[in-house]
Amino acid sequence: MVANGVEDEEKWLAAAIAGLQQNAFYMHRALDSNNLRDALKYSAQMLSELRTSKLSPHKYYELYMRAFDELRKLEMFFKEETRRGCSIIDLYELVQHAGNILPRLYLLCTVGSVYIKSKEAPAKDVLKDLVEMCRGIQHPVRGLFLRSYLSQVSRDKLPDIGSEYEGDAETVMDAVEFVLQNFTEMNKLWVRMQHQGPAREKEKREKERSELRDLVGKNLHVLSQIEGVDLEMYKDTVLPRVLEQVVNCKDELAQFYLMDCVIQVFPDEYHLQTLEVLLGACPQLQPSVDVKTVLSRLMERLSNYAASSAEVLPEFLQVEAFSKLNNAIGTVIEAQVDMPIFGAVTLYSSLLTFTLHVHPDRLDYADQVLGACFKKLSSKGKLDDSRATKQIVALLSAPLEKYNDVVTALKLSNYPKVMEYLDSETNKVMATVIIQSIMKNKTNISTAGKVEALFELITGLIKDLDGAHEEVDEDDFNEEQNSVARLIQMLHNDDPEEMYKIICTVRKWIMTGGPRRLPFTVPPLVFSSLKLVRTLQGQDQGQDENPFGDESSTTPKKIFQLLNQTIEVLSTVPAPELALQLYLQCAEAANDSDLEPVAYEFFTQAYILYEEEVSDSKAQVTALHLMIGTLQRMVVFGVENRDTLTHKATGYSAKLLKKPDQCRAVYGCAHLFWVDDQDNMKDGERVLICLKRALRIANAAQQMSNAARGSTGSAMLFVEILNKYLYFFEKENPQITAAVIQSLIELIKTEMQSESVTPDPGADAFFASTLRYIQFQKQKGGAIGERYEPIKA
Amino acid sequence: MVLVLAIGDLHIPHRAADLPPKFKSMLVPGKIQHIICTGNLCIKEVHDYLKSLCPDLHITRGEYDEDSRYPETKTLTIGQFKLGICHGHQVIPWGDLDSLAMLQRQLDVDILITGHTHQFKAYKHEGGVVINPGSATGAYSSFTYDVNPSFVLMDIDGLRVVVYVYELIDGEVKVDKIDFKKTATTRSSH
Repeated sequence: MVANGVEDEEKWLAAAIAGLQQNAFYMHRALDSNNLRDALKYSAQMLSELRTSKLSPHKYYELYMRAFDELRKLEMFFKEETRRGCSIIDLYELVQHAGNILPRLYLLCTVGSVYIKSKEAPAKDVLKDLVEMCRGIQHPVRGLFLRSYLSQVSRDKLPDIGSEYEGDAETVMDAVEFVLQNFTEMNKLWVRMQHQGPAREKEKREKERSELRDLVGKNLHVLSQIEGVDLEMYKDTVLPRVLEQVVNCKDELAQFYLMDCVIQVFPDEYHLQTLEVLLGACPQLQPSVDVKTVLSRLMERLSNYAASSAEVLPEFLQVEAFSKLNNAIGTVIEAQVDMPIFGAVTLYSSLLTFTLHVHPDRLDYADQVLGACFKKLSSKGKLDDSRATKQIVALLSAPLEKYNDVVTALKLSNYPKVMEYLDSETNKVMATVIIQSIMKNKTNISTAGKVEALFELITGLIKDLDGAHEEVDEDDFNEEQNSVARLIQMLHNDDPEEMYKIICTVRKWIMTGGPRRLPFTVPPLVFSSLKLVRTLQGQDQGQDENPFGDESSTTPKKIFQLLNQTIEVLSTVPAPELALQLYLQCAEAANDSDLEPVAYEFFTQAYILYEEEVSDSKAQVTALHLMIGTLQRMVVFGVENRDTLTHKATGYSAKLLKKPDQCRAVYGCAHLFWVDDQDNMKDGERVLICLKRALRIANAAQQMSNAARGSTGSAMLFVEILNKYLYFFEKENPQITAAVIQSLIELIKTEMQSESVTPDPGADAFFASTLRYIQFQKQKGGAIGERYEPIKA
Repeated sequence: MVLVLAIGDLHIPHRAADLPPKFKSMLVPGKIQHIICTGNLCIKEVHDYLKSLCPDLHITRGEYDEDSRYPETKTLTIGQFKLGICHGHQVIPWGDLDSLAMLQRQLDVDILITGHTHQFKAYKHEGGVVINPGSATGAYSSFTYDVNPSFVLMDIDGLRVVVYVYELIDGEVKVDKIDFKKTATTRSSH
């Protein structure tokens, strides 16, 4: 049925256009032969096509445009006619004889245009006559287009200030009157459309009305272009009259469109000065009008106006723009109880943006807006409307973007309260926005108080919020936690006391994170703490712990205690390898602080973890490397402690699962008995014992391999051990002589040439480069050369 | 002319939030042919970032690395040079030049690149060159109190390699350069 309707319309339009063109053809002929009578006859017939009721506004417009073009030619002809001596007054009379009223009025307007131009009568009189005559057409669509035509032809003939039509008797006031009247009548016609036709076609009607709205709005545009409409005239006449019509027409579509039109068309400074009046109209509108959009757009315009130049800002203060808008919004929200929450938030969001632009230094205003929003939210409970949450994120992001500084946002007391109303997903989104802002601006969060406030805000990332049991994508989770870890790096204060407080605050928060989060958050905290230890060392170099010192002051010891308790919790994850590594880091730091018992305690914890929790072979090898490497660097231990730890380390080494790993760990332990820069830590004998043990293990490995696979495996381990022997030989370990080296070299040569050995180009190359190294050392001359002399490669 | 970036010990996010901005603006994709990374990135994000600078990325495992599949050591050939990579926590004593020389002999490489100490080093011995690019983020190190962010760019051209080290000192990027020439040593065949 609908398709048929459209097809039919096309047919009618085509027919109408054909009719129009045919009459236009005859009209042109009449114009060419200066035949006024015929011109009038055919033009009237042509205009009769516009009398149709069959076309939708969209199609009617097409027809209208063609008529409009033809009428331009007619107007030119009329002008010619008057020059040829025809009286314009007579012409004005003559066209009123046209049979039907619609063509009559079109012709009248056309002649009227020439009439005004001739100046034989005051413009205002002609205009008044025309605008009243048009009342003859009460059909909405036809009437709107007719009046639109009137508006178009009169546009350049208004008695504006400085125009040629201005006179003593006529002023811009008359021009304004004319336009206002035309506007009022057009609006009435437009509104009437709503009530025509059956109820079921309401939607169709509204669509058609929508197509026509610009015709009505154009009048406002014309008003804004009139030079003589200055602020005073706008305030005293234009705005009140327009608003009167808007309010009184009681039509939702018209009210929404026209309010918006007023806002868009007139200058921002006018709006500022008439803010109260404009806002006062809002509560008077129909309840179904989308007032929040109107207000939002107004605030947006004003925000941009404020942003455009700093000079206009005092104006805002002078008119108390903020409080007026704030009140207006409050009134609207209160009045419209059914407004969905996202609407209210949108309003507050626009107001906040406005406030940030216009009053950037008034944090209290911004806080006020957030407070009002929070109050509204609290009456609704936790949100589950995604549009609303999106708006809240926009609301909360605005101060961050404006101030580029989270710290300022933290000063807004209502900020965290609003955040509380986000569901856990959105809370995390917002938290991420906050962290990104900090990272981007390299904001330094420098007091424990600010850290506390910050972590309040980003709670959603720090721990599981109630009711948040959804499965989080693993990659997303990792990314979140890594961003929290990075955040921890930005929390810093040069003053050690304050820094310690910061560390304690952070610790308190991350402890609530649960086993999933701790592996991400504990390491950065540990390293922050170790950095603080260094700062403290730097500060009191050479001072012993003062027994009369302030009990509450921060000391490395205190920090190490904290660290101990912190790393402990990793056992709940469990993350033994990580904890082990961190204990060793702390041990080294304790070593640098000369705290032997503390360092020993850390080593003990590390060793216990190794014995009880690290069971994966590969992990054991790594852990052992770290333990041996760290222990090798320790200078703080007395003989007994060092012996105990060393003994344990060598024990672990010998008990690794794979023989090659054992061998390497054991020869690594040799370094535990030889510290280059400390003469009392050079125990040549124990070094040799280690190396010999490594050799035994290498041999055992060969035998095992022979038994299990029939070949003895590669000689790589032997070459490695040889290199270690050379290392200690060069360090002048008295237990390692050239003869010992020599025999080892022979051993390897034999091994490599034996049939049962697996050829290993790597081992071969290594051996070759080792021998080259020996040659090189011999050729060096001096003490080294002498030492190497006896060795035959 | 082949540009090789040697970089490592970033320790993101455990000990540092990000690369220094001045470094980030210098490291643009498309300029570098190979990246050699000593390890301790520590997370995938950093891996992806390095990969975006240059697809030919070689990494060895540091003890804090999230990805445990990186190898302990790696060797590769670029032009006339054989390069070896190892994080360095496996070589005891840590940072000891003689022990590192041993590793170099074991891997049989001209240039050995290691990390772990966060201290930039580049020196030559009879067996070749040992380079430590330091920590690109200036991360905390138990080795030294004074860690300036640093990385190394090697320009390999025939038998010559020029080592450029970029260090961030007091907010300014300082560049130093060291020249090494490889003598075409005859190796005995087996």
